[in-house]
Amino acid sequence: MREIQAVEIQKAIEQLIYEASYVISPDIAKAVDEGIEKETNPTSRNVLEQIAENYKIASCERVAICQDTGMAVVFIDIGQDVHIAGGNLEDAINEGVRVAYRDGYLRKSVVGEPLFDRVNTKDNTPAVIHTRIVPGEQIHILVTPKGFGSENMSRIKMFPPAAGVEGVKQFIIEAVKEAGPNPCPPVIVGVGIGGTFEIAAQTAKRMTARAVGSHNADPRYAALEEELLTEINKLGVGPAGIGGYTTALAVNIDFRPTHIASLPCAVNMCCHCARHAETTI
Amino acid sequence: MSIKRIQLPMTAEVVRSLKAGDSVLLNGPILTGRDAAHKRLVALLDEGKELPVEVKDQTIYYVGPAPASPGHAVGSAGPTTSYRMDAYAPRLMEIGLNGMIGKGKRNDDVINAMKKYGAIYFGAVGGAAALVSRSIESAEVLCYEDLGAEAIHRFVVKDFPAVVLIDAEGNNMYEIGPAQFRAEQAAKEGK
Ligand code: SF4
Repeated sequence: MREIQAVEIQKAIEQLIYEASYVISPDIAKAVDEGIEKETNPTSRNVLEQIAENYKIASCERVAICQDTGMAVVFIDIGQDVHIAGGNLEDAINEGVRVAYRDGYLRKSVVGEPLFDRVNTKDNTPAVIHTRIVPGEQIHILVTPKGFGSENMSRIKMFPPAAGVEGVKQFIIEAVKEAGPNPCPPVIVGVGIGGTFEIAAQTAKRMTARAVGSHNADPRYAALEEELLTEINKLGVGPAGIGGYTTALAVNIDFRPTHIASLPCAVNMCCHCARHAETTI
Repeated sequence: MSIKRIQLPMTAEVVRSLKAGDSVLLNGPILTGRDAAHKRLVALLDEGKELPVEVKDQTIYYVGPAPASPGHAVGSAGPTTSYRMDAYAPRLMEIGLNGMIGKGKRNDDVINAMKKYGAIYFGAVGGAAALVSRSIESAEVLCYEDLGAEAIHRFVVKDFPAVVLIDAEGNNMYEIGPAQFRAEQAAKEGK
């Protein structure tokens, strides 16, 4: 049994939020640079140049890459041999969020109740927390602050199994096409196939944080990712939606076991500011 | 790429001269506002009351900036998605608003109002928020301070980079740009 202090988790969350909010991961920066080479229309190229320049300014000056610093989505895998001492887990995570959004000059974008009052909680809490108990005596934390311009363009459908690969493909391509300029293209398309209603969505969310250029270990899914990326980039939506080659930087797919009667498919749209940072305690 | 430098507030001539796809650098005062502020402004118009800000000939930027760190006028300040303001925008154009800055599609009501009253929809690059904030020289809250980041501010901008997304004739870059791309690709494949 290993003891980990709650305050350690709080500090880790705080640091991860700074990292994610200020510094784009190198795989995304590289993909944007490659887009600049590809674009022939000067206005579209200029959009990508602004995006690349923005990444540099944000990391140098330690300011938010995007003003929508999102809801703090936290994936936390806790080793079953860990004992968290000195406080409870959710409070520690929320305290980390509170401190980071306050001291890091990040925008507070959370309302406590969605339908009637919509009053801002003023500290960006509560975080969205996905917890898993795993073997071992470590804690792994992945933080993905999620902007809602792209979140709002996400969709989910419970297909009948007969819809098959073709049905799923059309659904994903259509989602990107319909979203057009709204989710700040170039986008990263997170896809979850299978599971239950909520597992499909959660899997899709995880996929928005997978590195650009990486692929699913199953060669069939890897091929599907490649094919969809090619098809999506033929749509011509382009950088900021004004036309061009670079509509998506990646299509990241993962799958889960599902019921004999269903083929769930969730598309979690993420902008090029796909912020994420992780650490192991 | 030729870039036009535009002085704000825009005159009717300037509005007419801008065409979808033009790259521009905006200079001068702009207002800011998002859904919550728009809702309040339109509620006042419904009641026949005076607005707390002058909108005639003004340009409004759909933005909710991040808090300013020490030494900066404003934090990162990229555009928010504009369709959430579609229900309100025609009402403001009716009383003279002639510029909007945001990102994303607009509905037909907005585009028709732009044609009727003469207004431009500019796009700033979504996610290029730290870069955009560099062109904001000063920021002050004009009203609705209780809305925090969503309060109506006056920014003074210098060489704020933007593209004309929809012009006062209704030409729409979100249609023209992708269509042009697809036509070019089809022509290449045909060869
Ligand atoms: S969709 Fe992403 S890049 Fe666009 S405004 Fe929201 S967080 Fe920023």
